Amino acid sequence: MLLRLRRQPDLVCQQIVELVTDYLDGALARADRGRFERHLAGCPHCTAYLAQMRETIRLTGSLRVADLSPAMRADFGELYRRWRAEAT
Amino acid sequence: MTDPDADLLSRFRAGDEQAFVELVARHQMTMLRLAQSFVASRAIAEEVTQDAWLAALRGIGGFAGRSTFRTWLFAILANRARTTGMREQRTTPLESPEPAVDPARFGAGGMWTSPPVDWTDAAAERLDAQALATALQSALDGLPPRQRQVVLLRDVDGLSSEEVCEVLELSEANQRVLLHRGRSHLRTILEANFGAR
Repeated sequence: MLLRLRRQPDLVCQQIVELVTDYLDGALARADRGRFERHLAGCPHCTAYLAQMRETIRLTGSLRVADLSPAMRADFGELYRRWRAEAT
Repeated sequence: MTDPDADLLSRFRAGDEQAFVELVARHQMTMLRLAQSFVASRAIAEEVTQDAWLAALRGIGGFAGRSTFRTWLFAILANRARTTGMREQRTTPLESPEPAVDPARFGAGGMWTSPPVDWTDAAAERLDAQALATALQSALDGLPPRQRQVVLLRDVDGLSSEEVCEVLELSEANQRVLLHRGRSHLRTILEANFGAR
C-alpha cells in the first residue's frame, strides 16, 4: 500500500502544460518536480512547449517601455518643486 | 532583497530633483499601464498615477525599506486605482478557469494529438521581431485585467512573485494561477500568429 502511494502515476502532457509556471517558479514539490522532468525527458512535444513558454516570457520581458517625454519630465520636476515648497 | 532603486532613492532623499525625475522615468509607464487595468480611461489612469506620485512624495519619510521602493510605490498606486475603479463600478470579476491549451489538442489519454507548432524560429529572425512585439503587446492589452496586472509586473517589469503579491494583495497561489493563465494565453497567440505549419 505504502509502495503504491509513493509510486505516483506518470504525468500526461495535458497535466504538464498546467504545471509549467509552477515548475519555472520552483513551486513544485520535489516529487512532482521529478515526475515533471521524467515526462519531459521522454516527450519532445512537451519539451518544445516548455521552450515556447520560456521564449514567451523572454519576449514579454523585452517589450519596449516607452520613454518619458521631455514635457512629462518637466511636469514631474514641477510636481517635485511643489512638494518641496509644501514640505518646508 | 537588494533594491534596484536604492541609489536613486538615496539621492532623491538627499534633495536631488533629478533623481526623483529618474525614478519617475523608470516607473511611470508601468504605473500607467497598471492603473489602466483598473480604471476605464487613459485620462483617469493618468490622474490616478499623478496622485500616486504625490502620495509617494508626501509619504516617503515613512518608507522604511521593508519592501523594495517599487513594491511600496506600486502598492500605493494599485490601492488608489482599485478604489477609483470600484467607484466607477468597473469591478474586475474573478476570471473563470480556462485550460492553458485547448483540450481538443489532447487525446483521451491526455497526450498531445495536435502538438505545439514551432514559432521560436520566427522569434529569432530579426525580420519578425517587430511583428512579434506588436502581436504580443496587443495580446497583453487584451488579457483580462487581473492576468494583465500580474504579467505586466512579473514578466514585463521583472518584479519577483513576492513583490507582485504585495502590490496586488494576492496569495502566492492565486498570483501564480493568474500568471499561468496570462502567459499561456500569450503563447497561444504567438503560436497562432507565427507558428510554421
